[in-house]
Amino acid sequence: MSPLSAQIGAELSLVRRNGEQLLVTLGIPLLLLGFFGSVDILPTDTDEPVDFLVPGILALAIMSTSMVSLGIATGFERSYLVLKRLAATPLGTGRLIVAKTIAVACVEAVQMALLVALGLTLGWGPASANWLFALAAVVVGTFAFAGIGLTLAGNLRGEVNLAAANGLYLVLLLLGGVLFPLDRLPAFLEVIGRATPTHALADVLADSLMSTGAHTATSWLVLGAWAIIMPMVAARTFRWS
Amino acid sequence: MAAVEVENLSVHYGPLRAVDGVSFTAAFGEVTAVLGPNGAGKTSTIEICEGFRRPTSGSARVLGLDPWTQRTELHREVGVMLQDGGVYPSARVGETVAQFCRLYNRGASADELVARVGLAERATAMWRRLSGGEKQRLCLALALAARPRVAFLDEPTSGVDVNGRDDVRGIIRDLAGEGCAVVLATHELDEAERLADQVVLFNRGQIVANSTLANLRSSRTTVRFRSSSSLDAAALARHVGLDVAENNDEFTISFSSPDSSMASDLVSRISVWLGSNSLPLHDLNVGGERLEDIFRMLTKDKGS
Repeated sequence: MSPLSAQIGAELSLVRRNGEQLLVTLGIPLLLLGFFGSVDILPTDTDEPVDFLVPGILALAIMSTSMVSLGIATGFERSYLVLKRLAATPLGTGRLIVAKTIAVACVEAVQMALLVALGLTLGWGPASANWLFALAAVVVGTFAFAGIGLTLAGNLRGEVNLAAANGLYLVLLLLGGVLFPLDRLPAFLEVIGRATPTHALADVLADSLMSTGAHTATSWLVLGAWAIIMPMVAARTFRWS
Repeated sequence: MAAVEVENLSVHYGPLRAVDGVSFTAAFGEVTAVLGPNGAGKTSTIEICEGFRRPTSGSARVLGLDPWTQRTELHREVGVMLQDGGVYPSARVGETVAQFCRLYNRGASADELVARVGLAERATAMWRRLSGGEKQRLCLALALAARPRVAFLDEPTSGVDVNGRDDVRGIIRDLAGEGCAVVLATHELDEAERLADQVVLFNRGQIVANSTLANLRSSRTTVRFRSSSSLDAAALARHVGLDVAENNDEFTISFSSPDSSMASDLVSRISVWLGSNSLPLHDLNVGGERLEDIFRMLTKDKGS
């Protein structure tokens, strides 16, 4: 067995072992979609709230896995010196990152499958969906959020990182246009919201899955910028121990 | 070729010279003990050899490789035991050792390693449930998973009970017996005395002793005796013209001299002086120095 497959096994085992984190990662998006998709109390500006909610909740799920879960786990691994110990094996940084990416991708695949299934159950009807674009958006979004999560993890103490990642998750949930359209926010918050990777990802996912006809070039640019800049910041500032 | 070659190595943290131009080697099949007070530069030096940090100047070669630029190659053949930590709290003993055996992929058997470090009955226990000594044993097993040609072991018996220490020391001796170069960082001078072939003693970023244990001990002669607590060590020191160290009514006078007659001359002067001051003389011992005495003498005014 190669060092990479050994580490992939260890990462997936870690995901399983941190059941409470997995529950949050899977549970919160499912709960939000299930609840707000069933009761029409959000100002979604669509006939069926689920049509508005699914792309945003998918973006939220990607954020929770690749930013919150990955960031928190990595932060604790750093403070427990797990990363330092692994750095003294033949694994190498590249294979460690690949192993973590594959573990994140596995969780995201399960999330997407469950959320899409729940959305369809609630009456969501993807119109002329471009699944390739949607997949590309998921990949770019994963890079963006993983960059943010690893930047926090590589610079903050384990407990501080935990609080920061969860706090940022809440802020991006409220400002990212996931539960309601951004134009319902005060103008200055709307500007901030449109610059978040959460809104950018939700926007391009909505267009890919629902053919909203929105001009998503700006959102692609915003998302791409986050996906390029944040991994670079993480790589430059990350401290292994 | 020595297994580890450190040449004129320096590490500076801003204005602090943590390591200042040190040189030493560690040979295959030997245990090299790296000793020194806290902050003496041991950890920085060893971390450079392990590939965790870059030197400010000078060089380190391990198995002929540059630990910083040839890390991946080096880490295939080097076992590392951190002073503490390094395992996820919820990870279990057996699966962690198995993971490391697969990472190194050098044919080590996880079950055998777990048994070798005495954790067979704790194989399913999580790291966070282990005692301090058990954690050290697990960390040692992870270092052994590399089937290493060079092993860097940091405080391997810290927190381990007396019987466990004998087991760990046995494993370290076996490692060296198999040809591995063992670099042992420890504060346990007794442990270094039992295990080390070579001693490298750091103080204030420099090496103040670098020799075989036998040479170090025979380089100086020590006269040790017990007397009354009312003995005025300073007065005795003036009388014999040498420093007198006192520790719980035990008095130690150490000197370097190729002339063996100096010891008997010194003993007779001490005995006469004690008699003239009506002080008792007990447990007189003349011999080579203990590592602890050498350590105290070479680091006494420095470090913490």
